[in-house]
Amino acid sequence: MSKNLVGAAVPRVDGARKLSGLAPYTSDNHLPNMAYGYGVFSTIASGKITGIDTGEASKMPGVIDIFHHKHFPKLYRTPSSFEEENKVDETRLPFEDDMVHYAGQFVALVVAETFEQARAAAYRVKVDYKAEDPIATMDQALKRSEKKPAPPETDHSRGEPDKRFESAARKIERVYTTPVETHNPMELHASVAHWENGRLVLFEASQGVIFARNVMSKVFGIAPSQVEVRAPFIGSGFGSKLWIWPHAVAAAAAAREVKRPVQLVVPRQEMFTTTGQRPATHQTLRIATGEQGKLQALTQDSINSTSTTDVYVESSGSCTKSLYDCPDLRVSHATVASNRGTPTSMRAPGAAPGLFALESAMDEMAIELGMDPLEFRKLNFTDRDQSLDLPFSSIHLLEAYEKGAEKFGWSERNPEIGSMRDGDEVIGWGVAACNWEALKRDCSARVSMRSDGTVFASCATQDIGTGTYTILAQVISDLTGVAIDKVDIELGSSAYPSGPVSGGSWATATTLPAIAKATKNAIDQLKVYATSSNAKFADQKPEDLKYEDGEVISGSGDRISFTELLKQQRLASADGEADTPAAEQDKFSFRSFGVHFVEVRWDEAISNLRVSRVVSAIDVGKIINSTTAANQVEGAVVMGIGMALYEATEYDHRTGLPVNNDYAEYLVPTHADQPDSVDVILLDHPDYDFNEYGARGIGEIGITGLAAAVANAVHHATGKRVRDLPIRLEKLMAT
Amino acid sequence: MRSFAYEKADSVDAAVKSHANKRSSYIAGGTTLIDLVKLDVMRPEQVVDINRLPLGEVERLSDGRLKVGALVSNTDLAYHDVVMEEYAVLSEALLSGASTQLRNMASTAGNVMQRVRCPYFRDGVSDCNKREPGSGCSAIGGHNRSVHAVLGTSEQCIASHPSDMCVAMAAIGATVLVEGPKGAREIDFLDFHLLPGDNPQHEHALEPDELITHVVLNAPLKGSRSSYLKLRDRASYQFALASSAVILSVESGVIRDARLALGGVGTKPWRAKSAEQALIGKKPEKSVFEAAAEKAFETAKAYKHNAYKIPLGQQAIVRSLELVSSDNGATS
Repeated sequence: MSKNLVGAAVPRVDGARKLSGLAPYTSDNHLPNMAYGYGVFSTIASGKITGIDTGEASKMPGVIDIFHHKHFPKLYRTPSSFEEENKVDETRLPFEDDMVHYAGQFVALVVAETFEQARAAAYRVKVDYKAEDPIATMDQALKRSEKKPAPPETDHSRGEPDKRFESAARKIERVYTTPVETHNPMELHASVAHWENGRLVLFEASQGVIFARNVMSKVFGIAPSQVEVRAPFIGSGFGSKLWIWPHAVAAAAAAREVKRPVQLVVPRQEMFTTTGQRPATHQTLRIATGEQGKLQALTQDSINSTSTTDVYVESSGSCTKSLYDCPDLRVSHATVASNRGTPTSMRAPGAAPGLFALESAMDEMAIELGMDPLEFRKLNFTDRDQSLDLPFSSIHLLEAYEKGAEKFGWSERNPEIGSMRDGDEVIGWGVAACNWEALKRDCSARVSMRSDGTVFASCATQDIGTGTYTILAQVISDLTGVAIDKVDIELGSSAYPSGPVSGGSWATATTLPAIAKATKNAIDQLKVYATSSNAKFADQKPEDLKYEDGEVISGSGDRISFTELLKQQRLASADGEADTPAAEQDKFSFRSFGVHFVEVRWDEAISNLRVSRVVSAIDVGKIINSTTAANQVEGAVVMGIGMALYEATEYDHRTGLPVNNDYAEYLVPTHADQPDSVDVILLDHPDYDFNEYGARGIGEIGITGLAAAVANAVHHATGKRVRDLPIRLEKLMAT
Repeated sequence: MRSFAYEKADSVDAAVKSHANKRSSYIAGGTTLIDLVKLDVMRPEQVVDINRLPLGEVERLSDGRLKVGALVSNTDLAYHDVVMEEYAVLSEALLSGASTQLRNMASTAGNVMQRVRCPYFRDGVSDCNKREPGSGCSAIGGHNRSVHAVLGTSEQCIASHPSDMCVAMAAIGATVLVEGPKGAREIDFLDFHLLPGDNPQHEHALEPDELITHVVLNAPLKGSRSSYLKLRDRASYQFALASSAVILSVESGVIRDARLALGGVGTKPWRAKSAEQALIGKKPEKSVFEAAAEKAFETAKAYKHNAYKIPLGQQAIVRSLELVSSDNGATS
C-alpha cells in the first residue's frame, strides 16, 4: 500500500463520477411528488410594489400556488453572526414587505407541477410598482449615498502616514477603480426543499451546509436538529454559495405551505441580481519613498458599493497592511449604498481588487523612481507582519521572486515602453505580488475502519470542485495503509460532524488535522479491540501495539490485519471522532505569498490585446496534491485574466437593470483566451507552525495580483496606465 | 415560455400554409427562437418545424453560382469543399461565429434571420421599438458599447446586426430565394435586411408567411482573394465589435475589383460600396486601404460608449486588405 500520497499528484477520487454524470448536483434531485418553483423578479431597482395581480397566472395549467408579500408565511431573520455560524450577507427575507431594493429581487414565486408551467405562469403575474430614481452605478452612489465608515477592525493604521507622505521626497497618489463582478459559477444556484413531520431536508448548492442549516433553523424558528442541508457536489461557487440567499428561504417556505417537495433553480439572469456580487471599489493609494526607494508611507482608502439593505465591506486594504516593510501606513474602508442586491465574498475578497490597486501603484512608484519593479519589491520585503507586530510563520517570497523571474526570463526585460516587439505585436512584461491570509477553523470529523477493509469518513464540509474529497482520502490512505479507492468520503451534509465553510482557502488546513486525528483515534480503537479478552493480543496493552499498513502489530512482532481483527471480534468497524481547534495568531502571522509574471501582446494596428504567458510562483506551505493545487492556481490565473480584461457587470444608469446578464455578454475568458503557457511553481515549504501538515490553502491566492500584473504589462507595452478595470481595448486605442 | 402549437411540415407548400394559419415562427435549428421564447421576448402561437423539408443541399449551378439550402448547418457550410476553396471569406466568417455546438444546430436561413443582441430588446421590459413599436429606444441613451451600431442607425433603433455569415454574404453578393402564399420570388441579399428607420420592427423584406428556401451565392470573383477578420474583446464566443469581409482581385499591381462588407458596426450586414470604389484602380498599399477605410465610415454616427467602433472598424478593413494583398492570402 502506498504511504506517500500526501504531496503526490493524485487524480480526483470523484473524477469518474463527475465525468460520467453520476455525481448528483442539487437540481438533479427530483423527489417523489415534487413541485417546481419559478420566481417573479422585480423589473425596477427602487420603489414599492403597489399591486400584484395573479389572476391570470393562477389559472394557468399546473399552477399550485403563487407566493408574494401578501401571501407568505411569517418567518424570522437570522441574527447573521459568523461566530454563531448563521451568517448571511442579505439579511432581508424574500417577500418581507412591499419594498423593492434592487432589480431582480424576488417579488413573487410561482409553484407548479412542472418547471415549464411555473415559468410560464411567472411571466403572467402582473406586478405594479411605484418606482423611485435608483442609485444605479458606483458614480451615482459616490455622489448620492452617505459614505459610511467600515467597522474599525477592518481598518489599520500605524505611525503617521499622512505626515510622512507630505514630507516625503518621492511620492505618488492615484485612484484605482474596479467594477461590480459576478461570480457566475457554471452550476446555477438551486434549492430542493422537503418537509417531513416538521423536519426540513434542504438540498442546496452551498459552500457551507452547517451555516445553511443554522440559518434555516433561525428563519423557520425550529431547532438545528430539525434541519438537514445537503450539498454533496457543487458546480463551484467562487463565494456566491457561501451563505443562504433569498431563493433558498422562498423554496423551503413554499414547500412547507404546499406540503410537497419544491425545487427552485435561480435562472442565469438572476445570478446577476439576487445571489451576491463582488462590489465596485474606488481606492485612493498614496505611496511615498526615500530617494533610494525604501517605502516611507503608504495609505489605501477604499470605498465599495453595498446594498440599501445591508453593509458589506470589501476589505481592499487587507493585504496592504502587511505585504511590505513600511513604518507609516493606513488602510481604511467605507461603503456607499446602491440599489443592487447585497454584495458578497468573491474569490479572494478584498485582496483581488485591493492588490490590483496596490500592485499597480507599486509599479507606478517603481517607474517614478526609475527602478525595476521587481527590485523595488525586493527592497521593501519584510518577514514580519507589521500590522500585528508578529513574524510570519513561514515566508519564502524572495525565493518566489527569484524562481519566477528565472523561469519567466525577467532579466531580459527592456524597461523602455513599447521596446519589445514581435512582428505586428508589441510585447509587455509585468510583475505583481500575490498575497492571502491563512486561516484554520474549528473542525470535527468521524472515521470508521470497516471490517470489509474499507474506510468511511464524514465531515460537514464540502468539495466545491477544488479537490477536498481527494486530499482527505489521501491522508486517510496514508495513515491506514488502505488503498485510496477503498476510502469512502462523504461530505456535504449538515448531519455529519461539523466542518468548515468552503471558503477563505481554509478548508485544507482545517479539515486535514481533524480527519487525521479521527483516523488515529479509529486506529487507537482498533488497538483496544485487539487487546479485549478474547482477542489475538488479549495479554497486551493497547499502548504497546503498533499499527502499520493495515495491520495491528504486537510488541513481539505478531500481526493481524484490521479486517481480520474486526471479523474475529464480530465488529462492523472501529470508529474515531475528533475535534480540532482553530489556529490562534498569537505567536505568528499566518499568510501565503507569491508572485505573477505576465506577458501581454498588443497588436496596435487592430487594437487586439491578449495575455500570452504567465509564470506564477506560489508559497502556500506544503502542497497536499500537486495536481489539484496547480489546478487551483491555473484556474485563478485564468479568472484573473477575466478580471483584468473582461469582467464587469454593467447596469443601466437610469433603471439599475443589469444589461449584460448572460454568458454571451458578461465576458469571461474562453479556451481560446488561455495564454500560450501558464507555469505554476509551487514552492512546497511546509508551515508546521500552522498545522501538522504544513499546508496553508491555495484556492484564492492565485487570483490576487494577477490583474495588476496584466495592467503593468499593458503599461510596459503601450505606455497606457489603466487604473479602472477592466482593460477594454477602447482604453488603449490612440485618441 | 408560453405554450405554442407545433406543426411539422413535409413540404414547402405545407409549411407556408401552416404558417399562415396562426401567428407563427418557422423553426430550423432554433438557436435564436428558443432562446427568445424562453426569455418571453418572442411569443409565437405556433411553431412550424421545417427540418423535414428537402433544403439541406449545397449545389453548384451551371452559371457558377452556389445554391445553399436553407437548412444547411453553419458547420456544414463552413466546411463544404467549394466554400473552403472558393469562398474562404464565408468559411472564415461562419467559423468565427458562436460556438461549435451552436454552429452545428444553426441553419443558413436561421442565421440570415437571427435577431439583434441589444440587451434592451432581450430584457423584455425596457422600451424597445423592435419589441414594442413606438415605445422608444433605450439603447440610445443607455448602455451601447458592444452590440450597437455606428452605421445605419436611426432615432428609433441602434442595434447592430449580429451575424458574421451575413457579412461575408453581403461581400460575396447573393440572392435570397423565398416561397410564400403568392409563390416564389427572389430578393437581392443586400435588399433583404432593412435599415431600422422609423420602423425597426420591420427587419427584413419577407412578406407575411414567406419562407427562405435557399441563398444563392454569386460566382466567386475571378482571381480574387478573400478574408474575414473579426475583432472583439475575447478570442471566441463573442459577437463582433467590428468585423470586415474583403474580397480583392489584383491584376498587374492594380486593384481590379473589390468587395467590402462590415459587421458589428452596422444595423444590417453592411456593404461598403463607396469604400470599394476608393480601392478599384488603385495600387494595393496602406495609404489606399486607409483612405477606403475612412470612406467606409464617413456616414458613421457614434453613441456614448461605441465611438471606438469607428477606428476599430477602420483597423479591421486595413488589416484584412493587407492580409489579402500580401503573399499569404487565400486565392479563389
